[in-house]
Amino acid sequence: MNAVLILIALATVGTAVLAMSRRNLLHSVLLLAGSWAGVGAFFLWAGAEFAAFAQVLVYVGAISMVVLFAVLLTRRSREDLIPGPVYRGRAFYAMLAGGAVAAVLLAAVARAPLAVSAGAAPAVSVRQIGGELMGPHAASLLVVGVLLTVALLGAVVLAAGDRPENPEDAP
Amino acid sequence: MNPLQLCLAFSSLLFAVGLAGALARNNSILVLLGLELMLNAANLNFIAFWRFHPGAAPATGVIFVIFAIAVTAAETAVGLALVIALYRHQQNIRLSEANRLKG
Repeated sequence: MNAVLILIALATVGTAVLAMSRRNLLHSVLLLAGSWAGVGAFFLWAGAEFAAFAQVLVYVGAISMVVLFAVLLTRRSREDLIPGPVYRGRAFYAMLAGGAVAAVLLAAVARAPLAVSAGAAPAVSVRQIGGELMGPHAASLLVVGVLLTVALLGAVVLAAGDRPENPEDAP
Repeated sequence: MNPLQLCLAFSSLLFAVGLAGALARNNSILVLLGLELMLNAANLNFIAFWRFHPGAAPATGVIFVIFAIAVTAAETAVGLALVIALYRHQQNIRLSEANRLKG
């Protein structure tokens, strides 16, 4: 059981590291889709099938495609995919910060007295999740719906830009 | 290490990779993707605690993750719209050149 987990973790973190270090943006996005699929595999491993399907649908399906579109919309030539000069100092300090955060978190995790239930994964059916969403969590579901609507409208407004009005078009 | 600690170590590593990527890269899309990785690491923690913590309510972790994924989708949409607005403004998406408001 732990071997599978370690395999999933290695694949996910490995693709994430590769994605963050590639110079070609398209490669990065495709590798990150693999990393998100690895997170979905972890959800499956832990017994949260519904979360795994949501992860695959939203991340591997939708977000990676939208990001690919953004990559292709914001370049003018083939050379634009290879971004400008690499800032060595910045990369060094970023890795220092990431390593420090990783060290602190790993030390805390290794020392924490975490209790583990020996039993199997809690069984949750989709019907149960639907009941919870519509019952006790109905208010938060509505709030999330409103948030998504407002965010998508805001995204359209931001991306549409303000085209100067042509006086000849006015009635 | 018990399985819960392994899961938490996994998510810590993923978070650190996302943080380093978001700090190191000059491309705004990659910075956004680093943020996504960090949010994914948080989702990993929700599921790990839901799976292994004794006495957890049956569906709490899954519902938490679903809400987090929805909020992340909204964040990504706005972030990519900002990237496109930035591109329209300065014809590239390099963060080092987005310094017009710098004092």
